[in-house]
Amino acid sequence: MMQKIKKIKKPLAVIGILFLLLFPVIITSSYYLHVMILAGIYVVLSLSLNLITGYTGQLCLGHAAFFGIGAYAGALLMVNVHMNFFFALICSFIISGIFGLLLGIPALRLRGDYLAIVTLGFGEIVHLVFVNWTELTNGPMGIRSIPGPSLFGIELDGNQEFYYLILIITALVLFLLNRLVNSGFGMAMQTIKADEIAAESIGIYPVKYKLIAFILSSGLAGLAGCFYASYISYISPTTFVYNTSVTILAMVVLGGLGSLTGSVIGGVVLTLLPEVLRSISDYRMIFFGALMIIMMIFKPEGFWGVSKRVKNIYKIKAGGAQNERDYESR
Amino acid sequence: MFVQQLINGITVGGIYALIALGYTMVYGILKIVNFAHGDVFMIGGFMGLILAQTTNLPIWIAYPLAMLITALIGVLIERICYRPIRLHGADALAILISALGVSIFLENFAQLVWGTETHAYVQKIQRTAYNIAGITLSNIQIGVIVLCIILMIVLYLVVNKTKMGMAMRATSQSITSAQLMGINTEKVIALTFGVGSALACVAGILVGTYYDAVYPLIGYSYGLKAFAAAILGGIGSVPGAMLGGFLLGIVETLGAGYISTGYRDAFAFGILILVLLFRPSGLLGKKHVDKV
Amino acid sequence: MSEIMRADNVSMIFGGLTAVDNISLTMEDNEILSLIGPNGAGKTTFFNMLTGVYQPTFGTITFYGENITKLKPYERVAKGISRTFQNIRLFSSMTTLENLLVAHPKCNSENIGRVLLGGKKLKKARQEIVEECEEILEIVGLKDKEDELATNLSYGKQRLLEIGRALATNPKLVLLDEPGAGMNSMEKEELSTLIRYITQKMDKKVLLIEHDMRFVMGISDRILVLDHGELIANGKPEEIQQNQMVIEAYLGKGMTDEE
Repeated sequence: MMQKIKKIKKPLAVIGILFLLLFPVIITSSYYLHVMILAGIYVVLSLSLNLITGYTGQLCLGHAAFFGIGAYAGALLMVNVHMNFFFALICSFIISGIFGLLLGIPALRLRGDYLAIVTLGFGEIVHLVFVNWTELTNGPMGIRSIPGPSLFGIELDGNQEFYYLILIITALVLFLLNRLVNSGFGMAMQTIKADEIAAESIGIYPVKYKLIAFILSSGLAGLAGCFYASYISYISPTTFVYNTSVTILAMVVLGGLGSLTGSVIGGVVLTLLPEVLRSISDYRMIFFGALMIIMMIFKPEGFWGVSKRVKNIYKIKAGGAQNERDYESR
Repeated sequence: MFVQQLINGITVGGIYALIALGYTMVYGILKIVNFAHGDVFMIGGFMGLILAQTTNLPIWIAYPLAMLITALIGVLIERICYRPIRLHGADALAILISALGVSIFLENFAQLVWGTETHAYVQKIQRTAYNIAGITLSNIQIGVIVLCIILMIVLYLVVNKTKMGMAMRATSQSITSAQLMGINTEKVIALTFGVGSALACVAGILVGTYYDAVYPLIGYSYGLKAFAAAILGGIGSVPGAMLGGFLLGIVETLGAGYISTGYRDAFAFGILILVLLFRPSGLLGKKHVDKV
Repeated sequence: MSEIMRADNVSMIFGGLTAVDNISLTMEDNEILSLIGPNGAGKTTFFNMLTGVYQPTFGTITFYGENITKLKPYERVAKGISRTFQNIRLFSSMTTLENLLVAHPKCNSENIGRVLLGGKKLKKARQEIVEECEEILEIVGLKDKEDELATNLSYGKQRLLEIGRALATNPKLVLLDEPGAGMNSMEKEELSTLIRYITQKMDKKVLLIEHDMRFVMGISDRILVLDHGELIANGKPEEIQQNQMVIEAYLGKGMTDEE
């Protein structure tokens, strides 16, 4: 079984990449292109949440707040200062990351379940600020006419351009996060999820790793927010609410806590599903709630969780060649 | 003015305390934050409303029945959504996510069934207001305070004076040791969820009667505040939850009255963050020491 | 002989309970030191103060002349103290080799920038880490299980893996909390050999807690006996065997004294 999967894995990946590259050519419906762009944004969001929740084991219920901070930061910079989209993207990464740092320093010292409550409250506060600080955010009316990206004077604000942009961003994020989690740093993060006392006993200072993971996670959510603002060209506080945080968490849980591939698939599937099956759209949140329960009972590692591993994370072997073994998780 | 605010604060504080007890009891035994508890409170409120409205039962039958049904729902939630994960030996994160799932499910299910709007509550008791030396006090308010205090005394006696209470306390010390002593810990856990949910149902009915309103998202804000109360008192401590509830209610009402009504909800949350940062064990909680 | 570690008047009080009462001791170079005592004597509590899990209520702990009383566990690892646990705490979803890799100071402190950039240099550095860890696996006898998930190892092998993980932090002093618990006599024999190898060939100091008298008597150069949080005896194995207080602590006082 495992062997079979391994054999078809490569061709499958090639076909997948080709499909993604040619998607706008094959499927000309602008609606599906729109859905795919949204899926790309959600993939970045769920990848980033996976870093702190899936790999480091710290439940964060305020991810929509960082998404929102990035969106507002990006929008305000592009609208008020006429900053170029690409600079705004970097700035929103940094600004969201700084908020992550400020929240993380006190909150990450707490036990895991308290962190969930604190981040939940943070999300509420940020939402309230979006609504009430009208001088800056224009309140419930939101910010309109956010410009699209342009590069050397060429406007890139067509849907196809946005599609390829988010494809590149997602690929880059995936590539870098893959390096990060498969490193000594990544292993250290996972020891914190597994057992903090054991982690400390081998010289790992949990707060440091949690903080870095949290900053990267919130920064990436902010980056996704900036892209979102530019793409939709209009943002309002209603997008950045508790339900959005829950949706992102559902994507991570479905794909697998601690699996990057899982986050990609979870993000795509849970964005497409309510769009394709319009009838379930009203029951979306019920479905996400039930999904979390069912996954935790029957498949806590998610559908693409660490079910098979061949070598150590470094993928290095020093001594004599050994037969590779596959491990199936029970 | 001050005394008036104080009494109003005690009224709402008693309700917070009733909900906080459910958080604290479950935490004491399983060391998990039962995210769904606020929504169980909401379901309890609706159960009381539906039973009293549609069946024409007198409230002294309808309300205890609502408590029973809510207790059963609480036990079922533990049974279906937490126990399998617990017995798998999975980490706390998995139970936490499952609890969050239950909370989201209940909130959205309730919106589907009962709509998002606010429902007026059945008023089977004639509301009369008394005026004593410039302080207004309604019979419902007195009822709320008296009932909260009676329930807390009963719970305190059950936990500290009965055999079942002793089993509960033993289980909260160590599940494994309690099992070795012949305690049916699964029964204790189910009972804890049942009692906590029944108390939440009472709180739901009281809120409904006192404010004449219940709505599907009511559990979110009340749940968060009651959790703040449980933390303030020291999570895991039954007297702590009571103290925390009353204190939070009083601070919130005084704050809204003297500082700003707009920031009413911010007080609870501010207290929560301050306590977590400076005294995570709360006022009456024990300092947590990890066993190695 | 030089001094490795010393505890001065160390006490630990939980609420009203004195778990460890005013213990002073010195650990000298070139000795395997053992801590024994009946259940609840305060051995593990004392151990946890040495490793930094608990901060002593009173007293100071010095390591190579440096006061480490207030240091956290991870800071003590950097100073050269590592440990194993009485109830095994491996990273069960990681492989045997990964459990060692992550403990290696060069691995868990990998620079994020370098990680993201990748490159040959990083790969070479990792190659070295892997080789060092595999060497340790060879020593603890788990080389052939390096790609096995830790959770799939037998109980005795998991204990060995924990020792390996402790060694991977490159410590000066290794604290072993009941390393032989749950092992059969043959495994214990191998454990003795391993501990001697660690002290003699790898030049690490070892302090251990153990229940098995025969095992302790065979391996220790010096034994400390704790009872009710107090140090009741301190000496060579032969002396301890003869010590009246130790015998009483373990077997209870004579029949005549019993009520």
